[in-house]
Amino acid sequence: MNTVKREQIDSLLKFAFKGAGLLTITLLGGIFFMLFANSILFFLNVPPLDFFTGSQWDPENHYSIFPLLVSTFWVALGSMLIAVPLGIFSAAYLSEMAPKKLQIVLKPIIEMLAAIPSVAIGFLGIVLVGPGLAQIFGIQNGLNALNGSILLAVMALPTIVTISEDAINAVPKSHREASLALGANKWETLFKVTIPAAFPGLIAAVMLGLGRALGETMTVLMATGNSAAIPKGFLDSVRTITATIAIEMGEVPYQTTHYYSLFAIAAILFLITLAVNFTGEFFANRLRKFHS
Amino acid sequence: MDGIKLRAENLNLYFGQKQILKNINIEFPKNQVTSLIGPSGCGKSTLLRSFNRMHDLSPDARIEGKLFLDELDLYGRKNSVTDIRKRIGMVFQKPNPLPKSIYENLSYALNIHNYPKQDIPNLIEAALRESFLWDEVKDEMKKPAVKLSGGQQQRLCIARTVVLRPEVILMDEPCSALDPISTKKIEELILKLKEDFTIVIVTHNMQQAQRISNKVAFMYLGELIEYDTSDTIFKHPNNELTQRYIGGYFG
Repeated sequence: MNTVKREQIDSLLKFAFKGAGLLTITLLGGIFFMLFANSILFFLNVPPLDFFTGSQWDPENHYSIFPLLVSTFWVALGSMLIAVPLGIFSAAYLSEMAPKKLQIVLKPIIEMLAAIPSVAIGFLGIVLVGPGLAQIFGIQNGLNALNGSILLAVMALPTIVTISEDAINAVPKSHREASLALGANKWETLFKVTIPAAFPGLIAAVMLGLGRALGETMTVLMATGNSAAIPKGFLDSVRTITATIAIEMGEVPYQTTHYYSLFAIAAILFLITLAVNFTGEFFANRLRKFHS
Repeated sequence: MDGIKLRAENLNLYFGQKQILKNINIEFPKNQVTSLIGPSGCGKSTLLRSFNRMHDLSPDARIEGKLFLDELDLYGRKNSVTDIRKRIGMVFQKPNPLPKSIYENLSYALNIHNYPKQDIPNLIEAALRESFLWDEVKDEMKKPAVKLSGGQQQRLCIARTVVLRPEVILMDEPCSALDPISTKKIEELILKLKEDFTIVIVTHNMQQAQRISNKVAFMYLGELIEYDTSDTIFKHPNNELTQRYIGGYFG
């Protein structure tokens, strides 16, 4: 009697867990399908060549992803230029130089950065970083690519620091001992032995940070000025793919070319972040294999 | 101090509250092989590592007493630790080649110590020949060092130490991870290296200590129990503990 009941519960739970797993996959598949089905409808109206090579995003007349792609690229590149050295050096300091006590305090603080809502960071961009940049560079307003890059760098930093730190920590102690025993100092050991050995992990860290920066919407929407022209530099206002979707989706009439176009640019973004994340995961896995 | 290369005076070493080495006084003669033996946890590796200041890496290690290389105070405030480690090389228990090529494993230390670029290939060849490794690797210097066998890796680690022409080579159970044939090669190598270097080796293997050493130090629970020529220690030790350890009654 008792055993029968237990087996029933067992199979019920099995079913429930299986259902939960399948639901996640179905959701992902559904999103994927929706994006690409709508994108195809878009490309029936607008030739893909125009879409990729044009120079204007001017819904109803011109649909070219190019200025949005360049904007996204500028902002992401800028954020990585700031966050990668900062993140890797912080990670190296944390794992190699910092006294244990400081390490215990600093690591959770850096990880806490990830918990700040993106709208709060965007807010800082408007009231603090923007005016600051305007003053430094003597421009009218500071809502531009650089502003977005700085904010995204802050947001990507926890990911980059945490994963880099894990990678550096995972380098066997015997490598460091070997280097030090040959009379290398701490810095030589760090730059010539430890960091090269942790390199796959560092690439993974950068890729996952980049994925975060590419997909971020609210912050860039608030901080970058949103002009859909091809930017010439970091001080130009830009409009990323994510911001474009967020701005226009609320206003657009259903099932028009404009509506479909937003799915098309979302699909492109999806492919880009997917590629970036896969690269990151690939290197992260290689690191795991190397150390196990 | 003629003929004495390395020595410790009243050495006490603590990890946190725990005392690992108790008032060690020992002198290692020049161009000889000295073995440190004793059961696990007796402090022999700790003693070895204190000579090239490897304990600097552990924040809770504390050292009292003096260590000297000739007349150089190893823990003297003004003496550079990198210079000391260049003069006192170390080979570890588990072969630990750097994740670089065979060639780079040797050139690494030379570059760090600013040896002239044009001398480096010759120095590397000489060190590899000295370590009986040249014939096995001369055609594949660009191969990753981890692709070598365990015994080859350990000889590479010795070559990497030898290439800097240190005065002393410390070896921490260099054969414990190796098969008997590789072990034999390393023992032959040690006997040849002592012509040029002073060697201190920690070993768990009594036969090995007997085969290669001129002098043997027996340690137990952080103390130096007996230190004498290899013959005396193995044939007629004075201390009863030594006798029992050699006889295999504990270990």
